[in-house]
Amino acid sequence: MNSLFPSIVSRSQSSGLMNFFVPIISIVLTLITGSIIFVLLGFDPAYALYTFFISPISSTYGISELFVKATPLALIAIGLSYCFKNNIYNIGAEGQLTMGAIFGGGIGILFHDTNAFWLLPLMIFGGAIGGSLWGLIPAILKTKFNTNEILTSLMLVYVALYILDYLVVGPWKDPFGYSFPKSRPFSESGRMPLLFDGLRVHFGLIITLFLIFVSWFIFSKTIFGFQLKVSGYSPKAARYAGFNQTTLVLFAFAICGAFAGIAGLAEVSGPIGLLYRDISPNYGFTAIIVAFLGRLHPIGIIFASLVIALTYLGAEDAQLFLQIPSAVGFIFQGLVLFYLLGAELLINYKLTYKKLL
Amino acid sequence: MSDIILNIENITKSFPRVIANKNVTFDIKKNAVHAILGENGAGKSTLVKILYGLLEPDEGNIKLNNKDFKVNSPAEARRQGIGMVFQHFSLFDSLSVKENLILGIDEKMSYSDLENKLENISSKYNLPLDLDAPITALSAGEKQRVEIVRILLQDPQILIMDEPTSVLTPQEVESLFVTLNALIKEGRTILYITHKLEEVISICNTVTIMRSGEIIDTSSTSNQTAKTLATKMLGQKLDDLKTNYEHIKDEINFEVKNISCDFNDPFLTDLKNISFQVKVGEIYGIAGVAGNGQSELMDILTGENINIKSGSITFGNKKIEKYGPQKRRDLSISFVPENRLGHSAVPELSLSDNILLSQFPKNNFIKNGMILKNNVDDFANNVINEFKVITPGNDAKASSLSGGNLQKYVIGREISSKPKILIISHPTWGIDAGAEHSIRESLIELSQNGTSIIVISQDLDELIEITHKISVIYDGNLSKPFKTSEVGIEKLGLLMGGKNE
Repeated sequence: MNSLFPSIVSRSQSSGLMNFFVPIISIVLTLITGSIIFVLLGFDPAYALYTFFISPISSTYGISELFVKATPLALIAIGLSYCFKNNIYNIGAEGQLTMGAIFGGGIGILFHDTNAFWLLPLMIFGGAIGGSLWGLIPAILKTKFNTNEILTSLMLVYVALYILDYLVVGPWKDPFGYSFPKSRPFSESGRMPLLFDGLRVHFGLIITLFLIFVSWFIFSKTIFGFQLKVSGYSPKAARYAGFNQTTLVLFAFAICGAFAGIAGLAEVSGPIGLLYRDISPNYGFTAIIVAFLGRLHPIGIIFASLVIALTYLGAEDAQLFLQIPSAVGFIFQGLVLFYLLGAELLINYKLTYKKLL
Repeated sequence: MSDIILNIENITKSFPRVIANKNVTFDIKKNAVHAILGENGAGKSTLVKILYGLLEPDEGNIKLNNKDFKVNSPAEARRQGIGMVFQHFSLFDSLSVKENLILGIDEKMSYSDLENKLENISSKYNLPLDLDAPITALSAGEKQRVEIVRILLQDPQILIMDEPTSVLTPQEVESLFVTLNALIKEGRTILYITHKLEEVISICNTVTIMRSGEIIDTSSTSNQTAKTLATKMLGQKLDDLKTNYEHIKDEINFEVKNISCDFNDPFLTDLKNISFQVKVGEIYGIAGVAGNGQSELMDILTGENINIKSGSITFGNKKIEKYGPQKRRDLSISFVPENRLGHSAVPELSLSDNILLSQFPKNNFIKNGMILKNNVDDFANNVINEFKVITPGNDAKASSLSGGNLQKYVIGREISSKPKILIISHPTWGIDAGAEHSIRESLIELSQNGTSIIVISQDLDELIEITHKISVIYDGNLSKPFKTSEVGIEKLGLLMGGKNE
């Protein structure tokens, strides 16, 4: 006879198959739990899930919106993988995104009446610089004073948000904006070009795909990617190999910050077109889930960003058609992360049923 | 039949990739020291873990005093009369000896009872203990005494000892043997797990030899010699290794002068004024009991720690004490730290990727920041072939290799770049005798081609076998060097115990 409860036994080698299945298992469990929640709320689960996950993408416009949301998520997530691969827990991508939007958007505001081909590239560059400078603050604190980057990067998110707040109600307020807390609109050449007429999906998607490709190349082909990986797996081995940990931490934060900054700039110069208070529905935090759901792999991150983007759209539709708060989207994101962290156990451990004596 | 205390019948235990015990059958006589001899990975540990309730056999029976013996936990095994002293101590470093003893007892006992019992045990079995000393302050031998006393408090009939002498000085080994003899006189039985041949012959009555999970032979030790045991244990004969002094050039290759380093950490040993010189083609050994500053010294020699208080390291005519590991490698100095998994190799990475941890200027692995995968793979294949590493290929993860194979691979990686200096810590720690022999052989060969080698090791037999010159490190002090062919093991043992006449 076998015992009723499985015992957890460590695998002799981590399972490659499970590495692939863990995200899928966690999505399936999320859907099951989600259905239970819908039933408790008094909805037909099939209809609710349809409203949440199918109806938002059953039109061309819906699919375009999916890509609009997935773009910043994927871009920040691939940036975060530079940090996470190195076992650095940068939680502050939201702040780096905001700083990118401020730097790049600031250039857009400065040249609000200029129409020139160089304006958008300059704004993108500004976004990257702003994000990476903001990312370098926790990096320097970590390498110089050994502070915990989780705390510092997180606290800097709020600093960045208040700076943005101050700017749009203060010095950068639109003089013709009836005192609304927003900046002047950027000039036409300071906007991300749209990819298709009538749809909001924009050039930021191309930038994102390009940077994902570049990152794949760095992770798999260069010594820098190798060093990130080694110091993530085993700092002692990295020290033995003579890799400079300080440089690695600084680079990982700077790159992650730059990517988040570009994502922020792409938001304000893409769908929004100006600076205002709420430029991001927590993309910087949600991208952490995307990065792990995609297992820090470029291809995985592309798929994960689409799945998580769908929870944003689904939440909006659920609010419209089921009259439930859009915060239910966050519940789904939280569930995915919860099950993901739980299911990761299966990569290095397996469940077996012990024989009873 | 009455003098048999334990019958082990047809025990089989398999793990995902190996059968660790295959139809293991033998009897253990009462009132004797019974050795289980075998290389690492022969299945000794699996067998004793089954006896001690840590593992469950797939098949087979065990009888203790002719009654079925089946236990699910060490606590149950202790209740039934089997105690075990592990190779690695499980003591709380910050607590005192007395506190550790109390924590280890299964039943309730008052302080005064405990003290009476302890006094009794200490005097009867030659196990003196300072009850109020914190564990951190004890030597390895003293810690082992605490472990033994802790088990004896529960009055076991059978005491399992797993590689008990691996961390002891020769003098501590002597005193352990006195204890074991006292235990036997009392009518207890000892199951002695080891891979050291001399110990089997000197203190054990019966020996069971295991190889790859199977019992090769169980016999009395009285008509055995180290040679006959070795042949059975390995299944093959090994050539004697020979060092000679002829190829050593009278030219200093590497010099450490007055290195001192304070750590301000109770778990690290401060280094005090360490100096030594190594000539071209010479193998220099640093002996000592673990925890006397070896790993601290190793970090300074590799450049992983460059924050020394004073002193210098000279290679050729360069001062290199402030150089990091890569800068030292650029000068063709190579290192193999003690720990394979996570230090000299990354278990999660493939064998090929592990090559990149140690790059020498002439390797040509990197061009403009890009990894030249073909060159790395070729190098990895070369190491695998030349050092006979058993693996499905260069893309296998390092964690999938046995300890001996991975160590051969790591050492092969370093030797293949033909370093001028090789600094190596515990080269054959925890690996099987076959791999051990081939590693020692390749170190000797390397020195004959002009490389200077510094070996830090706890294994005195190893150092005596391969080095030309030997020093002992004790509490952060390094003794003067002795010519290996002239120094006696007695002398080294005294130095290892901190006694310098």
